[in-house]
Amino acid sequence: MSQYHLNYLEQLEAESIYIFREVAAQFEKPALLFSGGKDSIVMVHLARKAFAPGKIPFPLVHVDTGHNFPEALQFRDWLANEVGATLVVRKVEDTIKQRSLTEPKGKFPSRNWLQTYTLLDTIEEFAFDACIGGARRDEEKARAKERIFSVRDEFGQWNPKLQRPELWNIYNGRIHKGENVRVFPISNWTELDIWNYIRKEKIDLPSIYFAHDREVIEHEGQLVAMSEYVQPSADDKIITKRVRYRTVGDMTCTAAVESNASNLDEVIEEIIATRISERGETRIDDKVTEAAMEDRKKNGYF
Amino acid sequence: MDLLRFITAGSVDDGKSTLIGRLLYDSKNILIDQLEALEKSTKNRADGSVDLALLTDGLRAEREQGITIDVAYRYFSTPKRKFIIADAPGHVQYTRNMITGASNANLIIILVDARQGVVEQTRRHSIIASLLKIKHVVVAVNKMDLVEYSQDVYNNILIDYAEVAKQLGLNNVTYIPISALNGDNIVDKSETITWYEGKPLLEFLEAVEIDNDINLTDARFQVQLVIRPQTEELHDYRGYAGTVTSGTYKVGDKVIVLPAGIETTISTLEAGGKQVDEVFAPQSVTIQLADDIDISRGDSIVKSDNQPQVSNELDVLLCWMDDKPLIPGNKYYLQHGSRLVRSVVKHVEYKLDVNSLQQQPVEGNVKLNEVVKAVIKTASPVVFDSYDKLSENGSAVLIDETSNSTVAAVLIK
Repeated sequence: MSQYHLNYLEQLEAESIYIFREVAAQFEKPALLFSGGKDSIVMVHLARKAFAPGKIPFPLVHVDTGHNFPEALQFRDWLANEVGATLVVRKVEDTIKQRSLTEPKGKFPSRNWLQTYTLLDTIEEFAFDACIGGARRDEEKARAKERIFSVRDEFGQWNPKLQRPELWNIYNGRIHKGENVRVFPISNWTELDIWNYIRKEKIDLPSIYFAHDREVIEHEGQLVAMSEYVQPSADDKIITKRVRYRTVGDMTCTAAVESNASNLDEVIEEIIATRISERGETRIDDKVTEAAMEDRKKNGYF
Repeated sequence: MDLLRFITAGSVDDGKSTLIGRLLYDSKNILIDQLEALEKSTKNRADGSVDLALLTDGLRAEREQGITIDVAYRYFSTPKRKFIIADAPGHVQYTRNMITGASNANLIIILVDARQGVVEQTRRHSIIASLLKIKHVVVAVNKMDLVEYSQDVYNNILIDYAEVAKQLGLNNVTYIPISALNGDNIVDKSETITWYEGKPLLEFLEAVEIDNDINLTDARFQVQLVIRPQTEELHDYRGYAGTVTSGTYKVGDKVIVLPAGIETTISTLEAGGKQVDEVFAPQSVTIQLADDIDISRGDSIVKSDNQPQVSNELDVLLCWMDDKPLIPGNKYYLQHGSRLVRSVVKHVEYKLDVNSLQQQPVEGNVKLNEVVKAVIKTASPVVFDSYDKLSENGSAVLIDETSNSTVAAVLIK
């Protein structure tokens, strides 16, 4: 093998850095949508490399549903400070009040759908013309079809039948006033790639990604953390289990997995051995209809 | 572990999606819940069979119509390689989507239905592979089960395709007889096709040599953006950030900045925020130069002793991708990597018949999915190589100034 060889992680990294730089060069007001999960933490790491020794030239924007894990919020604040980035936080709670939106009800009242309103308001408030997101194409079938530069109309809507051809490594970010582009620099990464990269680069993560004891209730085979946002029924048993999180979203729509994996090697070993996909195992919100993600994207979702 | 990107191409019913489903399924890259979702959608089918094609068709309209409309990307890995599949639609009306998927592929799998043999679509897909200079071609002769695994049928297809390959100058062609439906020669060697001595498809994909596909001879680098931190300790720092398109660069190399033509020397190189002595394609790097010169996005930094062409008149092949026709004399933006210039399509010389490769006169405007030879004049010079010599620096797109759509793939002659 020649000395001029990049392995697959180095190739993915080079591609993502290229995309970050295109965003910074082509747009006037980009923003990085930061969820607090491992994918957006990896994105911050890549952005830092892309612009070193300078600072990341756009803010981190967090749409806070109010249902986040406290560990993820603490980590968010620490990371923004660590990399010297501006952090913009907009709360779904405020949008609900301002726009008198109806809160979802039920045992696990998910604000996932309502995030879109806050996101679109935030885009308008700051006039962001590009929003960088951490979606990966391996996550879900509709995402597998979305371009890396995905043009959204003024309502934030994705039109899957009118996507621009995206050729070679040429990204066309030209838009009309009022439109914006969602950019997905880690489109070509898989869950395992992310974990292997985190290990290779020694990237810090919130503690909930590793095994810990937690009070949970069992819901249709999934373990949901007890919190003030969950409304257990009388017959739900609250049990303490050793768990970790494979994805980190809202406390109401993210399930934990039973695990003893307390470090990266053990987590990666478990992921290689698992036979259930990331979203299937841990997301309570994707199962409703077969086209759930496609529908949300058409409405302006990430 | 390295990375192989490939595209699958075939006609509507050649079983392309079934092939991908089979690759994922037999290599254990389909997970339980994805299978459950698959079985759920299969329950709605009249015959009750599991349709592996449903794994790849992501949009509602695709599932409803049972066809693939847009490129879907699929990911799987084996202990030897990570694979990215571009699953592109086969029908002629989706040629632009196929070109989109093909533009980044190291390898193309062209599916041929054993019952049909080499048909018009096979020729068209092969022509696109040859135009885009895809380095490796696999002709997978599918549905062998429907021709009783006949070696004669297979051999006749080989003879027919060899003629196509010769005509198109495709050198690296590998033939594999398969049945995607039954899993013959996909992951495991077929027990029925005993007369075939080659590797099954996956084993071939794991082994095909791709290291030499990257040109390490002709050093090309385009500036994406200028990094100027302007902090106290870095107030003189000016780094030119970009990706090494091809070749290698060392600290101390004598370089020339194009199109301005100013010579200087590389003073430092950084990759991933760390200083290094040498960088190579396709790394994302930052270059600092010994002299303070005016350089901006879209400029090229190349070695003084190996220079690309610089011109504002380009001979090109255009693959037209927009519903609105190309009207000769119209102005478009030409985006060549990070360089964006205004341009005008001066005239269209001929149309290339994508089924026969024959040159035909152009009557009127150029329509969607047509490939034409044209001359483009640009408002400022473009720094390029011919696509045939160095595809990474010979490709561009045209953008409609009013709709902002990407309307053409440009291969510079």
